[in-house]
Amino acid sequence: MNTAADISPAIELKGISKAFGPVQANKDISIRVMPGTIHGIIGENGAGKSTLMSILYGFYKADKGEIFISGKKTLIPDSQAAIAAGIGMVFQHFKLVENFTVLENIILGAEDGAMLRPSLAKARQSLTDLASEYGLDVDPDAIVENLSVGHQQRVEILKALYRQADILILDEPTGVLTPAEADQLFRILNRLREEGKTIILITHKLREIMDTTDTVSVMRRGEMTATVKTSETSPAGLAELMVGRKVLLQVDKVPATPKQTVLEVENLRVVDEKGVERVKGISLDVKAGEILGIAGVAGNGQSELLEVLGGITSGTGVIRVNGQDIDLTGNSSDGQSRRARGIAHVPEDRQREGLIMDFMAWENTAFGYHRDPAYQSGILMNNAAIRADTEGKMQRFDVRPPNPKLTAKNFSGGNQQKIVLAREIERNPDLLLIGQPTRGVDIGAIEFIHQQIVALRDQGKAILLVSVELDEIFALSDRIAVMFDGQLMGFRDPAKTDEKELGLMMAGVVEEEAA
Amino acid sequence: MEKMPAWADAVLVPIISLLLAAILSALVIVAIGEDPVAAVKLMVQGSLGSTYGWGYTLYYATNFMFTGLAVAVAFHARMFNIGGEGQAMLGGLGVAVVCLYMPWPHWSLALIFATLSAAAFGAAWAFLPAYLQAKRGSHIVITTIMFNFIAAALLNYLLVNVMRPKGSMDPATAKFPETTHLPTLHDILEPFGIAFSKAAPANVSLIVAIIACVAVYFLIWRTRLGYEIRAFGHSESGAKYAGISPVKITVVAMLISGGLAGMMAINNVMGEGERLIMNSTEGAGFIGIAVALMGRSHPFGVFLAAILFGFLYQGGAELALWTSIPRELIVVIQALVILFTGALDNMVRMPLEKLFLMFRKGDA
Repeated sequence: MNTAADISPAIELKGISKAFGPVQANKDISIRVMPGTIHGIIGENGAGKSTLMSILYGFYKADKGEIFISGKKTLIPDSQAAIAAGIGMVFQHFKLVENFTVLENIILGAEDGAMLRPSLAKARQSLTDLASEYGLDVDPDAIVENLSVGHQQRVEILKALYRQADILILDEPTGVLTPAEADQLFRILNRLREEGKTIILITHKLREIMDTTDTVSVMRRGEMTATVKTSETSPAGLAELMVGRKVLLQVDKVPATPKQTVLEVENLRVVDEKGVERVKGISLDVKAGEILGIAGVAGNGQSELLEVLGGITSGTGVIRVNGQDIDLTGNSSDGQSRRARGIAHVPEDRQREGLIMDFMAWENTAFGYHRDPAYQSGILMNNAAIRADTEGKMQRFDVRPPNPKLTAKNFSGGNQQKIVLAREIERNPDLLLIGQPTRGVDIGAIEFIHQQIVALRDQGKAILLVSVELDEIFALSDRIAVMFDGQLMGFRDPAKTDEKELGLMMAGVVEEEAA
Repeated sequence: MEKMPAWADAVLVPIISLLLAAILSALVIVAIGEDPVAAVKLMVQGSLGSTYGWGYTLYYATNFMFTGLAVAVAFHARMFNIGGEGQAMLGGLGVAVVCLYMPWPHWSLALIFATLSAAAFGAAWAFLPAYLQAKRGSHIVITTIMFNFIAAALLNYLLVNVMRPKGSMDPATAKFPETTHLPTLHDILEPFGIAFSKAAPANVSLIVAIIACVAVYFLIWRTRLGYEIRAFGHSESGAKYAGISPVKITVVAMLISGGLAGMMAINNVMGEGERLIMNSTEGAGFIGIAVALMGRSHPFGVFLAAILFGFLYQGGAELALWTSIPRELIVVIQALVILFTGALDNMVRMPLEKLFLMFRKGDA
């Protein structure tokens, strides 16, 4: 790697500032990325990473500051200009036309003329070249929706390379990948680096930064707090830079002491609205005082499992709580009856389900429990009582700002999650269903949320945890089940398994369990 | 942080929108060679300058309060009920049935039962679209507007073939009996020594409409049902999570909405017409949409917006009567107000939000 001083950086940002109203999303940010390196940008949600990259890709215009590409001052008013400057972006949510072929997606927006045939032929040729050069094998004639998520991502990378990108920006690229797919992605990125491409990797996963990047910049509250050589830092050091204080990356917990079985599930099946079977005959049990973690790549039926347990959808099979059957199909199969049976549910998507974003915090505290007699006074709701209850909950769960009249959407992700957790945990449930407890939550709040979950377990409650973050599964679970394609691939003891084995199970491969 | 203070959102935005509509209307009036200042004077004089004018303004406003509330309640459940017109027509039928075929000793009893009957008929007319929306996903906008046509046809049939008195050439019911005639504002205010025009149609229904505003406020913001309606309106997936049945809320919200629209009939049919005629609703069901939009679906906002539209209606009628400004142009002016306060809301809101943010940054 050549980083001699006479080589100009592939990208240099000087004093970039951007404000949205009173919110300073980027404050005087300067950064130098040398060609042929992988540069990580890490920071909590809302630290301003995405804003910075959107400025670089021409989606936003910076209030102040300059952009230099290969030493030349460049104006990037829109994404066309970014592409012309050799910048390619792979978004977290792919921008692909699902019912087009790979080839059609690649030329979309980069057609040479009104007729498609010459463009397609040219793209086919360069696709073969790119595939052999970087190890990016994709069938050019496959329909995108039939490809795996990992392959769809490759199409996105190919799209950028086809447009002659020398600088590739990847926004949270591993969020939807299995560990094995992520490994493949990083192999490809290494190949690209060897061929002289410059890569910017945006992530909140410390491990990815440590494993793959050459240099890393840390962002906090819109500011660039540090840029360091990856080899000279440590995960704990980075976490401290991100949050501004020391962080416990490991949850403190004593071994579980499981007691009686609280939740029993037998041969549970869920068919979605399109008639596709999403949960295919699952059986499991959760005991009082233990956390059962369900690992798996997003979209393998975990969400549907949680929803049917939480009474949002119907299914077939048997669910027993404290030995009593729960009605899965009848009229009583809704969230209200579940709550009455001692089941609390922190849903995966707090913005769509767990909260009404336009409701104030106190209205959200009553959400789902709005029929609680304590919240009524005659035919009216006892708003004063709900507000008082909310104030207490906000204090105990350290919600900031502790203002019950603030609208939910004006809280940060971590504080929104705390509002949901306070509501569900303080109901003292026998069983807590909890999905993606720390998705979009800042590291400081993750610590707190994990502690609350473990504390609930230690009170002898049963907890079913669904998470796509393997680190979180390992940190919290007393037993791990892996879900793939609507089925459970098996149970593992977290002390006796590793990421490699779970990763294989998440891809549907089960090794023979040692007897 | 909120983008701008609540008072600016509730007061400043509609006032600026109104001003813009007024300026544009003035330009139109100038363009046809009339004097806009004189026109405004005439409108104000005609609608607010006498108790006669007030009587008409408030009469129209009463209609718009009911239909505005109807649209507002449905809005809270994120449904666009544009069937207020048809529901109000059916409400008229409900009033006529009660007044014609039952003997009443006193107007007050008749009013109570006519109100209930009007609400029941209006709600019934909203039920099928609501049920189809909830169970089959048929879009409420399409079904309610189709039900407006069906209501008109149904009323036409009933008035011509069933309810028309023998020998009458007029497709209308017989006059309602004397004991069902509602006291006008003149009758109500006279004992207090306040002189109010005898000819104006504003009547005791206005008080029912104001009570309805208060009741809707409590329903939406203070009751559990209102909580569930608002939660469902903001997020259907959230409602499902909380165990709120989308089917139930869709149907119940539409029944309340249809009931409110139907209740309008105690004003125009029982209070003013004193018999049921064709097209007695005069488009009030549609004005209700604009009233609800401008009133931000808040009962107090609906109350104010209803009075504003009452003023536009009565003032417009005066203009048509006394100037060469054609009747069609009055409709244009009303449309401009609807356009600016309803459809072009963001045109005023967004620059205003920016302005407030700039000032706030200055403070910080």
